[in-house]
This record gives sequence, C-alpha cells and structure tokens, in this order.
Amino acid sequence: MIKFQEGSETIAETIRLCRPKVIAAYPITPQTHIVESLARSNTKDFEYILAESEMSAASIVLGASATGVRTYTATSSQGLLLMTEVLFDIAGLRLPVVMTCANRAVSAPINIWNDEQDIMTIRDAGWIILFAESNQQAADLHIQAYKIAEKISLPVAVCVDGFALTHTFEAVELRDQKMIDKFLPKYQPKKESFLDPENPVTLGGLCTPATYMPIRKNMHQDLLTSKKIIKETFLKFNNLFSVKKIFGDCKISDGLIEYSGPNNPELVFIASGSVLGTIKSTYDYNLRQKNKIGVLNIKSLRPFPDKEIINFISKIKPKNIAVIDRSISLGQTGILFSEIKTACYGKAGVKIKNFIMGLGGKNITPKDIQNIVINFKSKSEFQFVL
Amino acid sequence: MIEIRIHGRGGQGTVTAAELIAEAAFFDKKFSQAFPFFGVERRGAPIEAYTRISDQPILLHSEIYEPDFLIIQDPTLLKIKNTFRGIKKNTSILINTEKDISSLPLLPKNIQIKTVPATQIALKILGKPIINTVMLGAFAGAFKLISLESLKKSILERFSQEIALKNIKAMEEAYNS
Repeated sequence: MIKFQEGSETIAETIRLCRPKVIAAYPITPQTHIVESLARSNTKDFEYILAESEMSAASIVLGASATGVRTYTATSSQGLLLMTEVLFDIAGLRLPVVMTCANRAVSAPINIWNDEQDIMTIRDAGWIILFAESNQQAADLHIQAYKIAEKISLPVAVCVDGFALTHTFEAVELRDQKMIDKFLPKYQPKKESFLDPENPVTLGGLCTPATYMPIRKNMHQDLLTSKKIIKETFLKFNNLFSVKKIFGDCKISDGLIEYSGPNNPELVFIASGSVLGTIKSTYDYNLRQKNKIGVLNIKSLRPFPDKEIINFISKIKPKNIAVIDRSISLGQTGILFSEIKTACYGKAGVKIKNFIMGLGGKNITPKDIQNIVINFKSKSEFQFVL
Repeated sequence: MIEIRIHGRGGQGTVTAAELIAEAAFFDKKFSQAFPFFGVERRGAPIEAYTRISDQPILLHSEIYEPDFLIIQDPTLLKIKNTFRGIKKNTSILINTEKDISSLPLLPKNIQIKTVPATQIALKILGKPIINTVMLGAFAGAFKLISLESLKKSILERFSQEIALKNIKAMEEAYNS
C-alpha cells in the first residue's frame, strides 16, 4: 500500500508490522514522532514502557530482549549518548535489539538539528550500524534489521537523518503484513542464550583476563561475518518485496555499499544518509555520465565494508574521491574519511579529500556539491564547508 | 520540479499547509515532498515550510532557495526582507491581504502577485482566523497546480469530518474568488 506520510510515521508503522513485544523510550527532546505514534498504538501486541531517561529505555529493552522477545527503542543525539554504557552491554550480551537513531547533532552548544555525530560517536559499541538514504529505505531497513540481528545475535541501529527524513512527508510503500511475517517469522531465541526460569543461565557474568579477550575477538569476528548476512538479507528482501533499482547507472548494490555512476569517473562522492539524494539530484543520471561523476553510498558503517570499497575502486577506477562527512572526530578528521583512508591504505592510487558539511543542520545545497566538483583540484585534503 | 515556499507565523498552520499541498499532488499522481524549516516552534514566530512537486522521484533534501511559488500567509511578513529571498522573474506570489496590491509596501516589481482576503473568508466561514486551508483554496484556484478534488481529499484525511467540511467550504470560496 502506498501512503503519503511523515518519515517518523512510516517507521512507526513498519515497527508495528515487525511485531515487537516490548518497546521502551523516553519521550522528551531529543525524540521524534516515531515513539509518539507507537505510544498511541491501541494494541495488546506489545507493551510500551515509558522510561524516565534514555539510559533506562535502553536498560528496559536490554532486560526484555534478555528474556527472549523482540524489542525496539528509538533515540537521538544526547539521548543516544546517555544510552552509551547500556549500548555496549546490549552488544556484549549479544542481544538482537533494534533501535532507530534519528541522527542529530550533539551539545554543546545546544543544537537540535541533523548531522551524524551521535551515531558516529558510539561506532565502537559492537552494534551493526546501517544508514537509510530515504524514507522508503528507512522502512525497509528496519525489517531487514530484525532479520540480521536475530540471525547473528547482535543489535542493529538503523540511522535515519533527523528532520531531513524523520520530519519529511513523502510517498512510501508500506510493506504488507503477511509478507513481513513470511520474511520475519516469530523470534525464536537460541537455546541457553536467554533468561528462562525452566532453563536457568547467567548472562554477562564476570570474565577473567583469560576469557574476556577471546569473547571480544569472537564478537569482532561475528560483526565481520554479519557482512555476509547483511548482503543475503538485502537480496532476499529485494526479491520477496520486488524492490526495483531507481538509478539506471547503478552498478553495485549489495546491502553494504551502492554505487551509481559511470566507469572511470573523474570524481566519486562517498557519503551516507540523505545527503546522497541531494548529490544525486544535483548530478542526475545524465549529468553523472556527462561530467563523469559517481556516488558511492556507505550503507553500513559497522561492519565497515573495507574490502567492498577496495573492490569498487579496482573495478570502477575513480580518479578522485570526495568524502562527505557530517560528523568529525575533533582533533583528527571526518570519521568516514579516516575509515576510508584506512581501508585504502597502500592499495589504491586515488586522490581522497575530506569535506565536513552539514554540522548542526547546516543546509547542504546543490551549489555546495557543484563547488566541490568544480574546485576539487584546488581544495586541500581536509576542509569545513561553511 | 516545482518548488513552493510558504511563509507564516507559528500557529497559522504553515507546516500543515505545505503537507496538504504535497499530499494533494500525491493524489494527483505526482511525486511530492513537504517539510518545515526546522526551527524552534513558538506561536507568532516567523515559520517557513517547503513543498516540492515533480513528475520524477524527488531526491533533493535541501531547503528551497529559489521558489517557483511563494505563499505568504501573514501580511506582516511582507516587511521582512527574508520573505522574498531567492525569487526569480517567473516566481508567482500569493498574499493573504484585504488591501490592494498598489497599497502594499516593499513588493518586488514585475512579478506575478495575487492576493486573497483569507482572514476575512476564514472569519466569515470558520469563525476563526485560521487561514491555511483558505490560502490553499486560493493557491489551487490561481495557479491550477493541484486539483481542488485532491485538496479536498487530503483535508478529509487530515481532519475530523465536521472540521474538514467547514474548511472545505472556506477553501472553495477562496478557490472561486
């Protein structure tokens, strides 16, 4: 069914279709209409628990997930930062929690607008982190997120640009309940991995130096393994729901990265989230061919698609790369930029430059994008686009 | 792609107006998008909201700088220079005012400007100065960008039957004015 509605409402309706049993959230700023809509659901299908802070909301879904049920929470910005300690626990306990992060700037100074600083700051927590480019992708990614999380026993954060997507009205196809039920059957926790009075176990007990490190290594390997699961889930979803490519020049699309543009491009933009739409609108199919411009979407921050990026570079052969970061590791560079440079170390003879844009909701215009293309050669390796 | 920027004051339903236009365009089988300027919500503060309509999927997530249409819900906003930023030769403007265009200060020259006494119509039919749906009726009537039928449908979806029908009556009067 195609509906015209706000991004937040689209996500809330999709979450209801995924049939979680427990939802917990803290409803004050920074928050979106997602949990408002879920709280208003007149249903006995799930319990909505009003928390007194984001840290409590995260703790509630941790506890609920540990009893072996499907859970959901959503937050942003300061709320995500307040959850940080519990986010590490959720991942370490291998609980398949799904969370929406409506990406927003962090304080100080106070700013309620969109950038990606919040999620980038918790990238080492052990969560799978996926980015939506549009409201349709946001809806579809949440359905896939449960599938991925429950298969590999790791939590998934679905990142949706605050305001730019969450508060924007556009038409989306709401997926059919029966098809979702087929794709995402009732959650069956793995034996002895959840709290069950009939079968008592301890989760998250003390680990000595002898056992802690192998467990962390195991988590890391499972995050790497999740690449395969993300790819398979993406393909399975697209087949079942007949998702069509909307870009005629889309050459790579595997769930981790997506490339639209010509072979041997003069310049490739690398970014994540809704700014990709602005780039693809500024350089549409014809202009991409004419000006030899490509766009690479990093859909998964964790696991990081390093090998996929190297394969993309050797297959498509870009001359120059502009990495757009809407976050910064203060005192270093943009975070995506340093990840990409690490992935490319010693392997790719390509010029890579970093553009910090859109911090605290600073609007990114088609002119900003054109300016990067026109003046790329004279730009330094790192700059703020103010 | 057609870009519409709506200016109003907090409490005048500016954001709702942008959403209703976009939804009407959706019912007209076009691609559309609506979003507010993400300001801090306060009654009486200047508010902006944006609508894009296209025959192609809309990917752009930037604010609207050079609108094809400008809808000004509150005549006191005419004094603010920012209201007219980015207007082009072919920008069309719709203003809520009872006054004659020639008596309005600071209007850009050589541009298509239409006026509608939306506050008067709203007071007469709704009994309250709620002008957003009246402005939408005038907008649909003046520029024929969205159909009256689709506008009605989006209003019926949004509001309770009683409120929707009153608003539709006010909207139709503005459409035909």
